[in-house]
Amino acid sequence: MNADRPAASAVRGRLPNDLPTDLAGSDWLTDARAEVARDPDSITRAFAFAARRVGRAPRRPDTDPAGVVHGTVDDAARAALVVSLADAVGTGPDCAERLVALYRQGDAAERRGVLRGLDALAERGSLGGPAADADAGSDAGTGSDASALVAAGLELAADALRTNDPSLVAAAVGPFGARHLDQHTWRHAILKLVFQEVSLEAASGLADRADDELDRMARDFAAERQAAGRPVPTDLGLLTNGPLANTRLGTTPSTPKE
Amino acid sequence: MRILDPHIHMTSRTTDDYEAMYASGVRAVVEPAFWLGQPRTSVSSFTDYFDSLLGWERFRAAQFGIRHHATIALNPKEANDPRCREVLAEVPRYLLKDGVVAVGEVGYDSMTPEEDEVFAAQLQMARDAELPVLVHTPHRDKLSGTRRTLDVVQESGLPPERVLVDHLNETNVALVRDAGAWAGFSIYPDTKMDEDRMVALVQEYGTERMIVNSAADWGRSDPLKTVKTGQAMLAAGFSEDDVDQVLWRNPVAFYGQSGNLVLDPVPGFTEGAPPTPGVEFEGSSVLRGARA
Repeated sequence: MNADRPAASAVRGRLPNDLPTDLAGSDWLTDARAEVARDPDSITRAFAFAARRVGRAPRRPDTDPAGVVHGTVDDAARAALVVSLADAVGTGPDCAERLVALYRQGDAAERRGVLRGLDALAERGSLGGPAADADAGSDAGTGSDASALVAAGLELAADALRTNDPSLVAAAVGPFGARHLDQHTWRHAILKLVFQEVSLEAASGLADRADDELDRMARDFAAERQAAGRPVPTDLGLLTNGPLANTRLGTTPSTPKE
Repeated sequence: MRILDPHIHMTSRTTDDYEAMYASGVRAVVEPAFWLGQPRTSVSSFTDYFDSLLGWERFRAAQFGIRHHATIALNPKEANDPRCREVLAEVPRYLLKDGVVAVGEVGYDSMTPEEDEVFAAQLQMARDAELPVLVHTPHRDKLSGTRRTLDVVQESGLPPERVLVDHLNETNVALVRDAGAWAGFSIYPDTKMDEDRMVALVQEYGTERMIVNSAADWGRSDPLKTVKTGQAMLAAGFSEDDVDQVLWRNPVAFYGQSGNLVLDPVPGFTEGAPPTPGVEFEGSSVLRGARA
């Protein structure tokens, strides 16, 4: 695909169709994605300017006014740029190196953009992985081995999970994290969301990956809260098989449903 | 009273300060990169600091409903250390970043040849990045330093309206205004400039192109000096509109030339709500900012 890069019209056709309408209509984003297809280095500048061009609005303002759980419009724009980058340079080590540089040299929003870009690549099957079909990666990028990209993504997700910024933690447990984080790291990420009062709706594949150990961790946390006479976060109930016995559930409002 | 503090080093301040500032009407700040007291010895110390200004500090400010911006530069004091000068190669990529509203603080400390070179180089970076410039004037030999500053700015070809010359006093304000640049005043507890002297300067020179900041940092300083200056102006008979011009519209117009100011309210922020969920589980467990 490096030898035959897509025209702007083809790029437009690949914009993820769950983008907000104001973003789907962004001429700036269309141009920036076409430019990344022609000159992958241009993504650095586009990443820096994305929010100034498409805005910073939350994607689901009704339930997520701060854009932490489901991200912001600029997150989505940067994710689309990452997809264009992978189309241009493939999903091999070159892409990995570029995403690491974008993340390391990026501010928090740019870092979210990289993580949500990895989500977009994971969702369309470009990265392989345990939950994907064996040959799902062959229709995207160059069909190259994505193991270096996955390894880089895991390194970046680990960095995000070490921060105290809830928007970064939330962005690390999307489809990429659900598919590729090891079980121990994933469980701690989920518990950290609860600590940070971020809705577990941020976590992709929660029901598929929740296990007995996470159940135990959630119950221990609930017991700790109860012993301290403090409210037990309602979302903990989503992590356990059956009700949380002897805990004061319902002392906090329930998760808003969409 | 709505306030944009155009020069404050929040990295050195406490969360109590953020709360008091919000309660006083501060809704946005600009934090210039400067020196930290303890000298830096390597480029990575700078890049970690710049990243902190654009990352952690912006995040921290948002928890208190305040929009945080930064100016990025190698400061004149550390421009004299060859180990630090290497950071100039890193500055241009920071100037592209969201929330970077100027190059600064640049200017003179001891007026050495090294400071000359670094100042000129960063003025050129400002031209390339189409950003305004925040210029620090020296504590010692201030009048001569201000003259030299204005000469160097003129030589650079930067339009004067893109330049804010800071830490001014009675002796050098006319020089800066005559050059067409913005005049900045740091109101300190007992040095540089105080509220009453500031009121006298506004009475003499008017409210156009006059900018007031607290320059609060790790030294003896007061992050509420902006609002106190506004109160002193009101007490001296200035109108609410005059105060709004000096404390809000002027800094917004100056830094707005970057196209990179964000002034809408922090989404989801509720005054008085616990700012750091995850420490206290009061209210909703689910959505930050959505607690009623």
